[in-house]
Amino acid sequence: MNQPASYIPTKLQEAVNWAQKYSLFTYPFATACCAMEFMSTLGPRYDLARFGAEFPRFSPRQADLLIVIGTIVERQAPVLRRVYDQMADPKWVMAFGVCASTGGFYQNYTVTPGADQVIPVDVYVPGCPPRPEQVMDGLMVLMNRIQDHRGSVQREVGPTATATPILDRRRLPVLPDGTSMVLDKEERMPKDGRVR
Amino acid sequence: MAERLLDLLLAELPDAVVEVGSYLGDEIALVHRDRVRDVLTLLRDHESSKMDMLVDLTVVDYLGQSPRFEVVYHLRSTTFGHRLRVKAGVPEDDPTIASVADLWKSANWSEREAWDLYGVRFEGHPDLRRILMYGAFEGHPLRKDYPQNARQPLVRRPDAPPTDELTTRLRLHSHDRRVE
Repeated sequence: MNQPASYIPTKLQEAVNWAQKYSLFTYPFATACCAMEFMSTLGPRYDLARFGAEFPRFSPRQADLLIVIGTIVERQAPVLRRVYDQMADPKWVMAFGVCASTGGFYQNYTVTPGADQVIPVDVYVPGCPPRPEQVMDGLMVLMNRIQDHRGSVQREVGPTATATPILDRRRLPVLPDGTSMVLDKEERMPKDGRVR
Repeated sequence: MAERLLDLLLAELPDAVVEVGSYLGDEIALVHRDRVRDVLTLLRDHESSKMDMLVDLTVVDYLGQSPRFEVVYHLRSTTFGHRLRVKAGVPEDDPTIASVADLWKSANWSEREAWDLYGVRFEGHPDLRRILMYGAFEGHPLRKDYPQNARQPLVRRPDAPPTDELTTRLRLHSHDRRVE
């Protein structure tokens, strides 16, 4: 009897990655004009829903894809870092546009030269702003990375998974000299800052 | 349009005025730094001027000239509709000028911004703190000698220049004397 195959042999990790890459819940960290272009990408004409990434969650705790849309200034960088740290594993980051990728044409005291100075970035989408086709291309690149288990933060499953120690999320990541990345409040706003 | 304001100034406070002029229909009065409060009080309260609105207060950095800074007040009267620009030179070695935050409420934040970005200290301001930059920021970024590539991140970066080097460079270039 020629029955069609009723099961597909695969590795559990690949199956989980396959499921995750088609179910990305995005958190749009929208700070600048690129957000307008992101809206059109989400809209019906370009239809990001085809990739299973159409539904923006406005809480980082419910999202697994952080899209940094627009310029990140130095004052905002700790906020972005905090938003990233609040996301649950596994999580990925897309830098949307040149400002989020490199700082763009801003080269001065205010603008952080790229979101990757603050958080790990998986995929960079160039453009000022990027065309929706570029965003889709970047999303597909990210999906391939997830399938290949090459994202910046992946979750290990199955019997070969290695246990990672529970770290204090507020102090992640720790620099080689043992200091936290984010300056604490007293360092950011010193008490004697009245007439500095 | 506002020549009579300049005439008023020259009649009432002739020793406070350095120079008057007009450019593209806008009247300008350059006054002495220590008489700026007298001039602005007169312009606000005199019945023929009634400048009840401080549109903007800003600073210009003429690096290499003396005096180096110029504080600019843009005044307007909502009663008469006339405008006047009042300027006062501020030297580099003593960047202070009297605050006018009690004359116009709008001067409060404008003076904080001018202090934050240019380092001109406004004596008598009720709450002179930085308003745009963060408290940990050193130097005054809109000064022409602020190094263009200096970054002072709030998130430490492994590839950022060391803080000591940055501080030394800023101290070398900036003539800001910090009040401890």
